[in-house]
Amino acid sequence: MNGTLQQDVNQETFTLNLGPQHPATHGVLRVKLVMDGEYIVEAEPVLGYIHRMHEKMGENRTWAKFLPNCGRMDYLSALSYNHGYVAAVERAAKIEVPERAEYIRVITVELNRISSHLLWFGAFVLDLGGFTPLLYAFDDREFILDLLESVTGSRLTYCYFRFGGVYNDIDDAFIAGTREFIKKQRKRMPMYDALVTKNIILIKRLKEIGPISKDMARRYGATGPVARGSGINYDVRKHEPYSVYPELDFDIPVYEEGDSMARYMVRMDEIEQSMRIIEQALDKLPEGEIKPKKAVKMVKPEKGDYYHAVEAARGSFGVRLVSDGKNQAYRLKLRSPTYSNLSLYGEATKGMLLPDALALMGSLDLVIPEIDR
Amino acid sequence: MPEWLRVILFIIFVLSFAGLNAAYLVWCERKGAGHIQRRIGPKEVGPFGLLQPLADGAKLMSKQLFLPKGVDPILFMVAPLMVMVPAIMSFCVIPFSETFVAREINLGLLMIFAFASVNVLGLLLGSWGSANKYALIAGARCVSQNVAYEIPMLITTITMVMVTNTMNLNEIVRSQAGWFIHWHIFRLDMSLLMPVSFLIFFVCSLAETNRAPFDMAEAESELIAGAYTEYPGMGFGVFFMGEYANIVIGCALTAILFLGGWQAPIPLNFGGFLGVLWGMSWFFLKLYALIFTVIWIRWTYPRTQFYELLNLSWKVLIPISLFNLILTALQIKIFPWL
Repeated sequence: MNGTLQQDVNQETFTLNLGPQHPATHGVLRVKLVMDGEYIVEAEPVLGYIHRMHEKMGENRTWAKFLPNCGRMDYLSALSYNHGYVAAVERAAKIEVPERAEYIRVITVELNRISSHLLWFGAFVLDLGGFTPLLYAFDDREFILDLLESVTGSRLTYCYFRFGGVYNDIDDAFIAGTREFIKKQRKRMPMYDALVTKNIILIKRLKEIGPISKDMARRYGATGPVARGSGINYDVRKHEPYSVYPELDFDIPVYEEGDSMARYMVRMDEIEQSMRIIEQALDKLPEGEIKPKKAVKMVKPEKGDYYHAVEAARGSFGVRLVSDGKNQAYRLKLRSPTYSNLSLYGEATKGMLLPDALALMGSLDLVIPEIDR
Repeated sequence: MPEWLRVILFIIFVLSFAGLNAAYLVWCERKGAGHIQRRIGPKEVGPFGLLQPLADGAKLMSKQLFLPKGVDPILFMVAPLMVMVPAIMSFCVIPFSETFVAREINLGLLMIFAFASVNVLGLLLGSWGSANKYALIAGARCVSQNVAYEIPMLITTITMVMVTNTMNLNEIVRSQAGWFIHWHIFRLDMSLLMPVSFLIFFVCSLAETNRAPFDMAEAESELIAGAYTEYPGMGFGVFFMGEYANIVIGCALTAILFLGGWQAPIPLNFGGFLGVLWGMSWFFLKLYALIFTVIWIRWTYPRTQFYELLNLSWKVLIPISLFNLILTALQIKIFPWL
């Protein structure tokens, strides 16, 4: 970033490096922008600054030893990643999961989804220049982190799920705390609505800004709130049901507009839907074991090719396992949602103003360690 | 008191007032932001964190004045001063009370606007001299923003000059004597749209001083630190002090033009030293209430988009203020006895 302001004099454009250290990228993402004044001519995300070879790591350690890695990809919805990997291995090794364990998984994953969306909400408004909602959202999120800490033992990079169950049973204090949280959060949402969602400045900055068409979302394989904000009714929990989701009643919020506001509204609505799921799951929570009766010691899936996807907070997270019958994977492929969601950035931002493009980037809800697995 | 002594005393007062204000407004801002955001704010350095500004100042001053590669050294060093000095100059015509004013110039209002316009030049030179693309974008934004918002601000000021018949700030305040209904903001008989004028003036002074929600020059989530990106240590500190001095000037002008300046809300005046204190306390009360509003707005609203900002000025504020000007002129012409 030094010196030469006069490059490309003839074409009247200049290159702007957004990142790898920039307040709006929320991590080490670099976007190479070709700018014409404040208009973006071309945007190219440059990835790989924190690539840690998680997939390769999966190939040279036993199935169980890869578990802690799952919490370190998407550090904001780590439990969904736990769930995706564990469910894929269970499908491969044909391990039965007790029903109580499945319910506990759903409850904790949905709590994690709420905390992830809350953090996104704060960070997104921060991208738009509003500082205060971030701290309000952190206040709420703190409650969830305390709850999850009491059962999982950690606050951010969870490693809670085991093959065939979960590590720790939930107790009455956790159940009471969760119900209290839902009651409290239902009272907070109208405040966010009045303070942020109905704010005229916010509406003007998001409405009809950063449109992602249905077609574009499909071509780039966008999933999660990004796809649902563009009118694609796709949620792995509903369309390829897993765990106990078929037994629970919840809606998939879908908005047709495809602008930044639609993606914002999808996530705000999903917080309410997740609370509905948790309430029902707590009501239906059966008694029983949380681990298989015969402890799972050495996992050796049969030779074959397996895939399992779950709905993480940012979209569909898929795990593809290729097993050659040994105690570690032959090939482990992780499909992370924001990698696909980010790849549409270049096309979507053509001709956009810089602040609008940053609002669009915020609305994609990027977690960089998950893109650079 | 001999004239030279008076001038020296005022220089000392104004410099320390501007400096202390900058330092302690940062403290107020951080405390205010803290309480708005359900946290405490600074509390470790001194009681209630009151020594925090001194610690910040010591930190800024002890930093190396680093010249990044490729900058224009003269512009880079001069720019912060061009923001700071005009802001301090403007203090010399601000009447803190009836007698407590450095120079009662007949064209005081004009002088403040003349100096306020230099501020944007400083920001532009600073951003150009830093040889940084983010700073350059911020500088370009700054200029168009200041041009756009100076127009409605000046039109509103012309309206005020028309109704008060003077550009002398102290005269403007004197004409608002009596009960608080004599403050200009309540004088609908002078101009029907007086509260609207107040609102336009206040919004424009927010935009002129680059405060949220119009902080395009800084825009930390878009342009890193905007025009200040490359500035280390005290270079940044001086910019910052200039910004806060400008906020004080903007709020002081709003208080003088619309809220009766040093006039108390009741018709009660004292002579001598007591009168100075009485006037000053009312002036400072109004001034800091306005500054608190500025802080409050910053920590509540997100930032506007740049074209929305310009649209607001060219499509809303300028037409309204022009209409207001014509209406007031007619009112003065048709009902000259009011």
